[in-house]
Amino acid sequence: MTESTGQDGGASGAVHEELPALKGLPSNLTFNDLIARNKRNSTLLVLIMFTLITLFGSSLGVILVAVGEQGSEQGIQMPAIVSGILMGGAFGLVVALIATVWSWYSGANAILRMTGSRPLSKADDPQLFNVVEELAIAGGVPMPSIHLIDDPAMNAFATGRDPEHAAVAITTGLRAQLNRDELAGVMAHEISHIRHYDIRLGMLMATLAGIIVFAADVGGRAAFYGALFGGRGGRGGGGGRGGSGGSNPLVIIIIVLAVVFAILAPLCGMLVRFAMSRQREFLADAGAVELTRYPAGLAGALRKLGASRQTLQHVGKSTAPLFIVNPMKAAVSRGRHDASTAFSTHPALSERIARIEALGG
Amino acid sequence: MVVALILIGLLVFLVLVVGGLFFGMYNGLVRKRVASETAWSDIDVQLKRRHDLVPNLVNTVQGYASHEKETLENVIQARNQAVGADGPAASAAAEGMLSSALGKIFALSEAYPDLKANQNFLSLQEELTSTENKIGFARTHYNRTTANYNEALQTVPSNIVAGMCGFQKRDLFELEDASQREVPQVKF
Repeated sequence: MTESTGQDGGASGAVHEELPALKGLPSNLTFNDLIARNKRNSTLLVLIMFTLITLFGSSLGVILVAVGEQGSEQGIQMPAIVSGILMGGAFGLVVALIATVWSWYSGANAILRMTGSRPLSKADDPQLFNVVEELAIAGGVPMPSIHLIDDPAMNAFATGRDPEHAAVAITTGLRAQLNRDELAGVMAHEISHIRHYDIRLGMLMATLAGIIVFAADVGGRAAFYGALFGGRGGRGGGGGRGGSGGSNPLVIIIIVLAVVFAILAPLCGMLVRFAMSRQREFLADAGAVELTRYPAGLAGALRKLGASRQTLQHVGKSTAPLFIVNPMKAAVSRGRHDASTAFSTHPALSERIARIEALGG
Repeated sequence: MVVALILIGLLVFLVLVVGGLFFGMYNGLVRKRVASETAWSDIDVQLKRRHDLVPNLVNTVQGYASHEKETLENVIQARNQAVGADGPAASAAAEGMLSSALGKIFALSEAYPDLKANQNFLSLQEELTSTENKIGFARTHYNRTTANYNEALQTVPSNIVAGMCGFQKRDLFELEDASQREVPQVKF
C-alpha cells in the first residue's frame, strides 16, 4: 500500500490541503485541481454519452429500417438506410439534449422521489442535522437539504447539480445503527461527493445511461416484434430472409455494424459510468477522512454497512452508483461487497476500509 | 502604411490581453480575500451560538448539581470573558478557557444520573458538542481559505497585481492542537 502518505495531520495538513495519495492520481494533486479535473471529466463524459446515444439512435434507425424493409421486392435500399441513420441519430441527440436539461433542473428531485426519500427538519433529528452542518462547515459548502428514506436497509447518498443545490439522504436503517462518529464519517463521505461535484456527474450519468438502457429495451422489442410479424408486404416466414438477398453488400455491412453497436452501446455506457463511479468512491472516502480527521468513524460505518444483508426497496440500475455502498440485491443479500470487477459500481468494501485506515497513519 | 496598421493592431491586441489578465487576477484575488473574510465571520457565528447556549446549560445543571457552584461560576466567568474579549488573540485565549470550563461541566455530569437523564440537558449537550465541533471546523476552513489567498499573494504572476493594488497578507488562526474535534477531556 503506497497511499498511506499525504496525511500529515494537524494544522499544517489543514493549510496545505494535499489530498491523500491515491492510485492513479499524482500525489501532489490539490483540492482545486481535483474539482477542475472533475468538472472537465463531467463535460467529457457527457460528450461521450451524447455521442453514444446519437450513434445508438442511428443504429436503432438502421435496424428498424432493415426490419421494416426486409420483405420488400428489391431488397433494402441505400437511401432508406441513410435516412434511418440520420433520423435515428437526430432523434437520439434531441432526446439526450432534452434529458440533460431536464436532469439539470429536476434530476435531483426525481432521484429523491425515486428512492422514496422525504425531507427532514431539524426538530426531527437534531443530531443528524448538527453532524451534517458541522461537515458542511468543514468542507466550506452550504448546508444541503437532508432526507430520510424509510427503509431498514443501510445506505445513504447525495445528489444535486452543485453544492448550492444539494441534498443528502440516509435510510432509517443506517441512521439507527450508527453512533455519532460513524454518522459523521458517512455524512463526510456524502459532503465530499458534493464538494467534488460528483453529484452533478452522477445525476447526468444516471439520466443519460438510463436513456440508453431504456432505448435498448424499447428498440430491442420493436426490432423483435418487427421481425416476428414480417416487414413490408406482410409476407411471413421464409420469404422474409430471402428479400435482403438483393441488397447492396455495403447495406448488409452497415446493418451488421448497427446490430453490433446496438448491443455494445449500453454496455460501453455502463462500463464508463461504473469505472468513474469506483474511482470517485475512493476519492470521497479520502475526502471524508480529510474533513473529520478521524478514519475510524467512516471505517466503522463501512464495516456495519458491509455486515448488513437488508436490501433497499426503491433502487434501480440507474440510481445504484449514487449510494455509499452498492444497494443492488445481488451485492447485498449474498454478501458480495468484496467483489470488484469492471461491472462494479463500487470498489470492494475491504479495500476501501484498508485504504481509509491507512490514512490514519 | 500596412506595416504600421499591423503594428497598431498588435499593440491593441497586447493591451487587451494584458488588461484582461490583470482584471482576471485582480478579481481572483478579491474573491479569495472575500472567501477568507466570510470564513472568519463564520467562526464568529458559531462562537456567538456557544455564548448563547452557555447560560441555558448553567441553569439546567444548577437544578441538579447546585453544590458544584465553583465549576458553574467558572463557566459563567469564562463565557463573559469570551463575550467581552477584544481582538483575535484575546478572543482565542478566552474561547479556549470556555472550552475547558465546559468540558468540566460535562465531566461532572457523569456523577449525576438524574442530570444525565434530563432531556433538556442531553439536547444542550448535543448542541454544545456540535457547536464545539463547528468552531473547530470553521477555524480549519478559515485557515484553508486564508492560506489559499496568501498563496496567491506570493506566487507569480498574481503577486504583481497584489503588490500594485496593495493586497495585504492575512493571519492564520493558530490551532493549538490537532485533536480539536473532541471536547477536551478533563481529569480530576
